[in-house]
Amino acid sequence: MSDAVQLPSTILRIPRLGSARSLINALIGIAALMGVWWLGGFIVENDPDLYAFSDFAPAPTLERLWEMIVSGEVLTMSGPSLQRVGLGLLFAAAFGVPVGILIGRAPRIHEVTNVPFQFLRMISPLSWMPIAVMAFDTWDGAIVFLIAMAAVWPILFSTAAGVRRIDPAWLKVARNLGAGPLHLLGTVILPAIAVDVMQGIRLALGVAWVVLVPAEYLGVTSGLGFAINDARDTLDYSRLAATVVVIGVIGFALDAAIGQLVKKFNWVRAAAH
Amino acid sequence: MAMTLTLSDSAAQGAQDAPHRRAVPVGAHVAIKGLSHAYRRHDGKVLDGIDFEIKAGEIVALLGRSGCGKSTLLHMLSGLTHPSEGEVVINGNRIHEPSPKWVMMFQAPSLFPWMTVAQNAALGLKFTRRNDQIAKRIPEILELVDLGAFADRNAQELSGGQQQRVALARSLAPKPEMLLLDEPFSALDAFTRRNLQRDVRQIARDLGLTLVLVTHDVGEAVRMADRVIVLKANPGRVFEDTVITLSEEERSGGSDEFQAEHSRLMNIYSQAADAPGEETETPNDFTQI
Repeated sequence: MSDAVQLPSTILRIPRLGSARSLINALIGIAALMGVWWLGGFIVENDPDLYAFSDFAPAPTLERLWEMIVSGEVLTMSGPSLQRVGLGLLFAAAFGVPVGILIGRAPRIHEVTNVPFQFLRMISPLSWMPIAVMAFDTWDGAIVFLIAMAAVWPILFSTAAGVRRIDPAWLKVARNLGAGPLHLLGTVILPAIAVDVMQGIRLALGVAWVVLVPAEYLGVTSGLGFAINDARDTLDYSRLAATVVVIGVIGFALDAAIGQLVKKFNWVRAAAH
Repeated sequence: MAMTLTLSDSAAQGAQDAPHRRAVPVGAHVAIKGLSHAYRRHDGKVLDGIDFEIKAGEIVALLGRSGCGKSTLLHMLSGLTHPSEGEVVINGNRIHEPSPKWVMMFQAPSLFPWMTVAQNAALGLKFTRRNDQIAKRIPEILELVDLGAFADRNAQELSGGQQQRVALARSLAPKPEMLLLDEPFSALDAFTRRNLQRDVRQIARDLGLTLVLVTHDVGEAVRMADRVIVLKANPGRVFEDTVITLSEEERSGGSDEFQAEHSRLMNIYSQAADAPGEETETPNDFTQI
């Protein structure tokens, strides 16, 4: 009686054939990066003018990194940074998601806000630094503000774009079945745009992580940016290079984690008819 | 208005809760009074002077070529659109807004792709705060539309016909008094469409629902409707209001009686489409035998 043959659901879960190959390719990429780093260290070490910087090479850096991991210094320096980025993203999402939904739903609000928002978006978040320092009592407050200023735009625009792509028929069907405004928001709009919001947060995290280090050159005495600045001032180059590696690894891991969340919230099925 | 809605809501609730009564809603009675509509104030009328009644439990087809306003008229029965003049009265109350008691089905099933079949079917109950009924009602209703085995599948994994069956289950779950179908089968293949036409008519009759369907397919009107209201365009007016007198067996097509009704209705349809000063359109009738 049913209209089509029922496909076994396992068909949708065939493991990707290319996964082994892509892992090998990723390893080749990592090896190439290490190669370039080693070559740079080799050149620096053999140049009398640059010899003072030879601690930037892979061997001293990785040795120092291991010490920093064992001593817990890596956790101590990245904890405050992660907290600042987390808070900044939280404020950015708390403003960006609701305003993005409004802009996506109401063309009038979109038209009114478009020029101011695009204008503000193009201002480097770091140019707010003097204002942030004056406006906030604490250095931490100023840093969180700078991160939020950087992170809000991708979240806001991605949310608005997601809302504009909502099939109007979904809203019509929901209204017809008795949905009130809160139902429309909770059952239709938010699930429909969840993936766009997460993609916005992923972009925002990328910008926030980039802005974090220069922002932490400000006043504070903790965090990855401070550690970089401090290592430079004390000419402790292996520590400086190890901190750079920590920044890269944490940024990569955070991006990959949010990438997994984006996949989870993506309701489009590859095998859809 | 809010008052009358609340009262009728609680009355319907009471009827459903009564243990010894059949747990089926009685179909809605519809009266359309002096209804006219123009999309903008100075545009020509899409609908002009529409007056008719639909009895409780009646299955009515609104038949006409594109542009005759049949779909607009159906939207007005649902409360999703408001007429510029006249009124739609359902069970004695003039309607102002959509209600889960008269549910519309569209050409696209528009299921929520992030939900399972069962979650989609339960939407109406959820929206009307009847979550406690979901566990019992949804398996029943999915069984009714032959999708019992599909409850936990994602809506996107289903064929077009199955998706339209989910949309049907979604419409039936809140126990509506009337179903409004806006060419819901026109995107389906002929075989699937026939099955759905037969099943939807059967379900509406079994539940005692009022069913109004909009179509430009004469065969669909003959198969499904007790009564066909043929509309003409520019402006949309009732051209003829006629009863289909076929048994359930004869409706499946092939019989002389079916052919005779089909020819008679096709004739009326052509006359309505050929009404003076209008271009004609061949009816979309690939289901004819």
